[in-house]
Amino acid sequence: MQPRLDTATDTELVALCRVGDDRAWTELVDRYARYVHAIASRVYRLPHTDAEDVFQEVFARIYERLDSLRDDGALRPWIAQTARRCSVDALRRSGRELSVAAPPEGVDESLARLDEALAVRAALEDLSPECREVLDRFFCRDESYLTIGVELELPAGTIASRISRCLVRLKDRLEPGRKLGARASGGKMDDNR
Amino acid sequence: MTPEERIAELLRALPTPPKGWVEAAKELPAAHRGLATLVERIEHDERLRADAVADLEALLQAEGVEPTSAVVAHLRRRLAG
Repeated sequence: MQPRLDTATDTELVALCRVGDDRAWTELVDRYARYVHAIASRVYRLPHTDAEDVFQEVFARIYERLDSLRDDGALRPWIAQTARRCSVDALRRSGRELSVAAPPEGVDESLARLDEALAVRAALEDLSPECREVLDRFFCRDESYLTIGVELELPAGTIASRISRCLVRLKDRLEPGRKLGARASGGKMDDNR
Repeated sequence: MTPEERIAELLRALPTPPKGWVEAAKELPAAHRGLATLVERIEHDERLRADAVADLEALLQAEGVEPTSAVVAHLRRRLAG
């Protein structure tokens, strides 16, 4: 029986990717796709086409250079750094002035916020499928109560109350006493388990 | 801001990327395996190498490989190295 990969640590995933486990690579992409997308499109505000190029470039570099990663548990910061570099390169290619010494204002703060968002996302994965789906549709895919209700064959009012209830559950899943707003590790990372 | 509002804000901070982007990234291992043979041929065939330098996307299409940005970037790095 093959091990579950959605609960694997980053260290375990990287080790499996290195020996050619395609399932581990798929999980790695699933785990960090939103993160890379957010860095390119939200933090650096790249247009859609450039953001797509950066997205593919980042994962291509990660795949090709996994062997060079010294600390397997440091996958997230490595991905963040790679995404930053690729985004800066894209800005330069587009002709927009950008100094590496002076990146767009608030980049570090935005990245810290994304790290925190990854931790919330990891907690979301521990909720029931019903909660995961409704929260993901509403907050991450920006679907309306009506759209979600049609898809799930439920009244819009039920969707609203489910979102509210699931948000409370998600809050409870997050580390007890953890103050939201403080910098946190995200994803299913070794220091988060 | 309540904790629930903060959580909602953080969930919104990680939007779902287009499905095609994610699928393309997931196919990298298979794409790399498929390209290994082509890279070998390019490295040993000067004419093919010249074609690759002149128009890599066209060469890929002629070889039946979709020239996605990831594939093109990968090949450029391999051929430059």
